Amino acid sequence: MRIKNTILFSFISSIFLIFLISIWKILATLQGLSIKSFNIEIIFIFGFLISLAHLGVGDRIKSIYKSIIFSSIFVFCDGYLIQKLPIWYNLGAFLILYFFTNKISKYTSIGLKEEHSTQVILFDFLTLFGILFFSFVILFPFYMMLVTSFKTQIALLVNPLDFSINFGQDIKDLFKSYFVIFKSYKFGKYIVTSTIVSVGTVIITLLFAIPAAYAVARLNFFGKTFLSTSILIIYMFPAIVLVIPLYTIFSQLGLRNSIEGLLIVYTATTLPVAIYMLQGYFKSIPKELEEAAILDKLSWFGIISKIIIPLSIPAISSVALYVFMIAWNEFLFSLMFLDNPNSFTLSRAIQYLSGDAETPRQYLMAGSVVVTLPVLFIFVYFEKYLVSGLTAGSVKG
Amino acid sequence: MNDTLANTEKKTAYILTLPAVLLVFSIILFPIFANIWISFKEVELKDIRIPEPRAKKIVKSVSDEPTKIKILYKLRNSSLIQEIKDVSFQDNFPKNFEVENLDPRCSYEKYRLKCKFGNWPAKYRENFQVELETNDGSKIDKKNLKSIKPKLDGKSDNILLNTNFTLKNFKKVLFENEFIDLLLTTFYYTFFGTVGSIVFGILTAQMVNQKFYGRTFMRSVLLFPYVAPVVALAYTWELLLDPNSGTLNSLLLNYQIIETPINLLGQKYIEISLLGFDFKLRLALTTVIMFEIWRYFPLAFLFILARLQAIPKELYEAADVDGASPFQKFFNITLPQITAVISILFMIRFIWNFNKFEDVFLLTGGASGTRTLPINVYQQGFAISDIGMGSAVSIVIVVLLLMFMFFYFKLLGKRVDEN
Repeated sequence: MRIKNTILFSFISSIFLIFLISIWKILATLQGLSIKSFNIEIIFIFGFLISLAHLGVGDRIKSIYKSIIFSSIFVFCDGYLIQKLPIWYNLGAFLILYFFTNKISKYTSIGLKEEHSTQVILFDFLTLFGILFFSFVILFPFYMMLVTSFKTQIALLVNPLDFSINFGQDIKDLFKSYFVIFKSYKFGKYIVTSTIVSVGTVIITLLFAIPAAYAVARLNFFGKTFLSTSILIIYMFPAIVLVIPLYTIFSQLGLRNSIEGLLIVYTATTLPVAIYMLQGYFKSIPKELEEAAILDKLSWFGIISKIIIPLSIPAISSVALYVFMIAWNEFLFSLMFLDNPNSFTLSRAIQYLSGDAETPRQYLMAGSVVVTLPVLFIFVYFEKYLVSGLTAGSVKG
Repeated sequence: MNDTLANTEKKTAYILTLPAVLLVFSIILFPIFANIWISFKEVELKDIRIPEPRAKKIVKSVSDEPTKIKILYKLRNSSLIQEIKDVSFQDNFPKNFEVENLDPRCSYEKYRLKCKFGNWPAKYRENFQVELETNDGSKIDKKNLKSIKPKLDGKSDNILLNTNFTLKNFKKVLFENEFIDLLLTTFYYTFFGTVGSIVFGILTAQMVNQKFYGRTFMRSVLLFPYVAPVVALAYTWELLLDPNSGTLNSLLLNYQIIETPINLLGQKYIEISLLGFDFKLRLALTTVIMFEIWRYFPLAFLFILARLQAIPKELYEAADVDGASPFQKFFNITLPQITAVISILFMIRFIWNFNKFEDVFLLTGGASGTRTLPINVYQQGFAISDIGMGSAVSIVIVVLLLMFMFFYFKLLGKRVDEN
């Protein structure tokens, strides 16, 4: 049992080390380093030996010294003997090895004898592996989007793998793509349009949704259950099915290529979720507060504006942020309804830009960064509000 | 007393809900019925523009006579295919103008020129001229004359409103050879996209539910693909996967893992031999499904994580006492606790993936075997400009969805009964 577990442990941990070092090598390659091979076999042997040595040495040396010794040996071989690589690469490799040896330091040769230790090792390493794998897979495209926007067409043609950013150059050269899209492609105007449309949608949606949600949450009326079930069903309904009739009607009414047209459609599509999310929250507000207000002869307008709204600021902000993000990211209707560049939103403008095969891709990526940054910023900053909103309403997408 | 109270409550409720209900019904429910109507018609994109009578006013001075002026109206029917009936025309003039040699179709009263032009066939054009003179001998201000715009009016059939119906669209949609292919593609895309995103959702939720350094950061990062705009993400992926200069192909070539670049988004099939079997994989479709999974597993992750955090800790403690292994705990405690969430997620994601348009449209435009039903709506309606066909495809989508929901709820209902 012990020998089997020792081998298994060393095997898994060395696979994990291969994975760590490979990610580092990919990132280093993309900084223009000429790394032609992952040297999987060598790293496997290293990982295996380090794990065995770690178990063998045990407590005889302090674990911090152990980590530093193992890491240094690895870095010396990998970054100097096999291929001479720059200091920053080796420093990174050293930190990775330090992290790795720290991770394995909690396993001891005695612990490996315990029941289920095979599964515990597997489970632990799968979790670690998963965290790193998913972080990499998710962040990599975002990282590439950002670094590509700082490169030039010629630099990418010379070496398609060199995404290193030269911070020494002039600010104007570094942000050239951004200057171009704002100057020649009128992105400033599109930002304004997108902002007006998104903020407008938020305001109108809230104006319509708050009273409706209050009625659904509190008042008794004929057709209430019908209304609340149809809200959910409408929410499931596909936007692509609405496109053709809305296109024909909007064409005949002259609402295409107008901000008003987009506002109407965005408000209508976000209203069901907004009502659904808000009424759930309104129901949780104690009824006694309103009963006192009714005795004071407050009208429904007074009740909503003086009691309900001040008490549900968190829910209302979560709905507002959420509706803003839907409107900002929306693409289908802006594709269908806008064909005059003067009324484009950001998403539509980027799609239009990509339609021209001549457009250098760093401009496309700069545009993508411009449209993505506000959303990610809002999301990270207000995450607490948004996550509760997301699970309550389950975002449409 | 109670009765009146209930009545005012009802009234208030209707006033409060009416704006929202009206808007949603007119923008969402009405179009669905309009779709049914249009799907039985032969309508093309160019037919939906209402034909308009138009006039361009050109003011010409008459040489040597400053008190006289000629006005040329370039009249035309804006439509290339439809007739306009009973065209009427009206233009106003300053109060010192008299008309000379008036056209028999027109009358001039109170400084107002009115004409009845009768019917204009499609593409109709006419140059119509009027001569005027001031009756007090004053000079003519050409700019002022030009600034007054003539008004035109006419009647035309709105092709959308007549009652000519046909079954042609549905025959074309359902009985053309590609329909089966279209259905299969849509099904693969929807099913594998849904299952993939749920599987990854379970894995990531299980991961984040454990304690580790940077856990809240990890939770935010996992949601990035879901909250970022699809346009930006699709173009980034396209750039990464490009066969000529894409980063992925360059990397694989650099490490000598492949010898020639793979066109992940532009190649329909790829031959793969596995365990001695050769089979063809739908390459572009697989890539598009990967994007789909990548973009939507965060939703599954969020839902499942919320459920995992609600599982009582005592269950795991009891299992520890019994000496259960981590995998036993996962399969015997965790999984049964999240089946309800998974079945809801499956339905939501299945429906939404079935209708997903933007992702495929931006990545491949529906080429190389990635044409799904929603893409077909767009292609029929806007690329081929056959609005009627596009509507018919939309109706097929709605019917399929309703069928899916019906069976899903029946199945689900049965399982709930058994428990």
